[in-house]
Amino acid sequence: MTNSTDAPSLYAAREPIFPRRVSGPFRHLKWIILIVTLGIYYVTPWIRWDRGPSLPDQAVLLDLANRRFYFFWIEIWPHEFYFVAGLLIMAGLGLFLFTSAMGRVWCGYACPQTVWTDLYILVERWIEGDRNARLRLHRQKKLDARKIRLRLTKWAVWLLIGLATGGAWVFYFADAPNLLRDLVTGQAHPVAYTTMAILTFTTFFFGGFAREQICIYACPWPRIQAAMMDEDTLTVGYREWRGEPRGKHRKAEGAENLGDCIDCMACVNVCPVGIDIRNGQQMECITCALCIDACDGIMAKIGKPRGLIDYLALSDEDREKSGEKPRPAWQHILRPRTMLYTVLWAGIGIAMVIALFVRPEIDMTVAPVRNPINVTLSDGAIRNTYDIRLRNKHGDARQFNLSLNGDPAMRIALEGTPYTSVMVPANATLLQRVYITAPRGSSAAAGGLANIRFWVEDLSNGERAFKDSTYNGRGTQ
Amino acid sequence: MSKPSQKFEGDPTTTGHSWDGIEEFNNPLPRWWVWVFYLTIIWGIGYTIAYPAWPGITGASTGLLGWSSRALVDEELQEAEAANAAINERLASVELTAIAGDPELNTYATQAGAAVFRTWCTQCHGSGAAGVQASGYPNLLDDDWLWGGDIENIHYTISHGIRNEDDDDARYSEMPAFGEILEEEEITQVANFVMTLSGETPADAAAVEPGAIVYEDNCAACHGDAGEGDVFQGAPNLADAIWLYGGDYDTLVETVTYSRYGVMPPWTPRLSEAQIRAVAIYVHGLGGGQ
Repeated sequence: MTNSTDAPSLYAAREPIFPRRVSGPFRHLKWIILIVTLGIYYVTPWIRWDRGPSLPDQAVLLDLANRRFYFFWIEIWPHEFYFVAGLLIMAGLGLFLFTSAMGRVWCGYACPQTVWTDLYILVERWIEGDRNARLRLHRQKKLDARKIRLRLTKWAVWLLIGLATGGAWVFYFADAPNLLRDLVTGQAHPVAYTTMAILTFTTFFFGGFAREQICIYACPWPRIQAAMMDEDTLTVGYREWRGEPRGKHRKAEGAENLGDCIDCMACVNVCPVGIDIRNGQQMECITCALCIDACDGIMAKIGKPRGLIDYLALSDEDREKSGEKPRPAWQHILRPRTMLYTVLWAGIGIAMVIALFVRPEIDMTVAPVRNPINVTLSDGAIRNTYDIRLRNKHGDARQFNLSLNGDPAMRIALEGTPYTSVMVPANATLLQRVYITAPRGSSAAAGGLANIRFWVEDLSNGERAFKDSTYNGRGTQ
Repeated sequence: MSKPSQKFEGDPTTTGHSWDGIEEFNNPLPRWWVWVFYLTIIWGIGYTIAYPAWPGITGASTGLLGWSSRALVDEELQEAEAANAAINERLASVELTAIAGDPELNTYATQAGAAVFRTWCTQCHGSGAAGVQASGYPNLLDDDWLWGGDIENIHYTISHGIRNEDDDDARYSEMPAFGEILEEEEITQVANFVMTLSGETPADAAAVEPGAIVYEDNCAACHGDAGEGDVFQGAPNLADAIWLYGGDYDTLVETVTYSRYGVMPPWTPRLSEAQIRAVAIYVHGLGGGQ
């Protein structure tokens, strides 16, 4: 191994990025998405949803203390966590689908890091001015009153946004109006304050300072996405066959040989991750499409057609170089891979919706007590014991009746009550000890393992559910 | 032999390292990332000073914050104790018979009692409360009780125990060893008779009739004329299907000859009144409670 003496540094300072304001259809779309996604995030905990007197009336609530997840008319219990797993699988497949069809659209439009950074840059622009003003302020060494004022104002607004972000987060886990009152009066649980503090800081730091560094160095998704894209993926690119050779001086000699790119750097100046899209696809690019807006504006000014930087597929390169029109977008998007993702995605979605509608409102689990497997009573009868958990998902207490389907000699009895029915509280699980007894001399008592079926019936509406179990006679010992 | 590696326009600079002509691109790490790394080292050192970490000869350093997982467990136990203080007090002070009618108290007592049972009772009565069959540790699941199976009797038995010398109020009765009182033949006769009380086939049918006379003279005072037993004396029911030591002929002869003397310690000195009541409620709810 040889080492040159003037080895370059292996570490680099971050190049500050000052994205310039830009307007155009993609910027508009991004503003709309920003308003909609932030709106959903901030407003959702405040939506009310009446579920009756004994259940919370918050439309979306992750009730960790009581182990319930409420989503409008849907209520998920811990044993139904597979719905959450299904949603996560759908989210994963959805990302695969979007990425293979249109590249990093998630990163460019919907990722919280992008959305909040966009918002933070907007605040920065309002307070410190556009790119050039911010650059001047950055280069100004002297810390005068104006610079201090601008910086402090900006940080204060950022902090407020961060506080609102962390604040909104905790509202998903408790009744929002009550929690807000407790937060303000200082009575909320320390976990709420800690969560808010952490999220305030991370939002402030990620959106205000780390920005594209999160995407480039911290986030694993860009690396995964590289495997999701192929030559038919529509992604933001530069038509170098149309733009090159680039040149500024249109009136200079030989200008007729120049491409459409006038090297105005508009695409670079608006880029929130500080790259030059004309160098081709790069890992840093989040395909926010702002360079398309910037370049289209310039092309309009110099009287050239739009789309020097555009959503394009690499498979069209040769076709476009030879002067043909690129294939329409749907031909790129509709391909076996994306269709497979769609089918998988929709399949899981449909299965979950069906599961949601067929799941019973009452349910039970039966755990036979196996220590000991049976008990001999003084009259010689053989008794088996079962721990039965009765689930009532209704918003009011219900009377559940237990019955048995098995050998006619068997009798069912419930601990603590002479009746075969019990009151199960609203939205709760009741543990009930149940005895099955077969009298002395009956074939069930003398025999071995016998199959039995427990039925539970909601006496208020006749809804029924069953669970199979087994009975052990003397013969099993 | 090796050709210089092909270079492209726009390639990053190289680190200057070269192995047999293979060079390494320099994609520099952001410097703040390195500072974060150094910060974690400083944090890590600080952490080992604040918390127990450094191994010594007799033990690890205790840390400036004085944190210990044992203290944490103690604290949590005390917190749990404090949190349960009110309901424990209620459990210890209400009428015993009123507990079953109070769902909150009953649920608490059953669960707390299960914990007490697992700690103190399973050694003899088994983790499933089925006792040890044929060895004299009673099954608590069935409906047969030596000293009574209502909540008050269970509570008394747990509080004071049986035939122990530690508690003057312990339940007490003594079956004589009939080997010193009866002839061997009389013992075989009475054993055969006792088998018929619970509907078993006697080992020697001819011995049943004289056995009945022996029984009436010697056993009926405690075990009852029909072998129904007596919970006031802890005399077992001999007519039911349940045997504490076994109902076969040989075991019966052994029992009559040498007698039986099961002992249970009193729990008042070791458990609080709330704990005793909790475990009484738990045992009462196992299926045999009266």
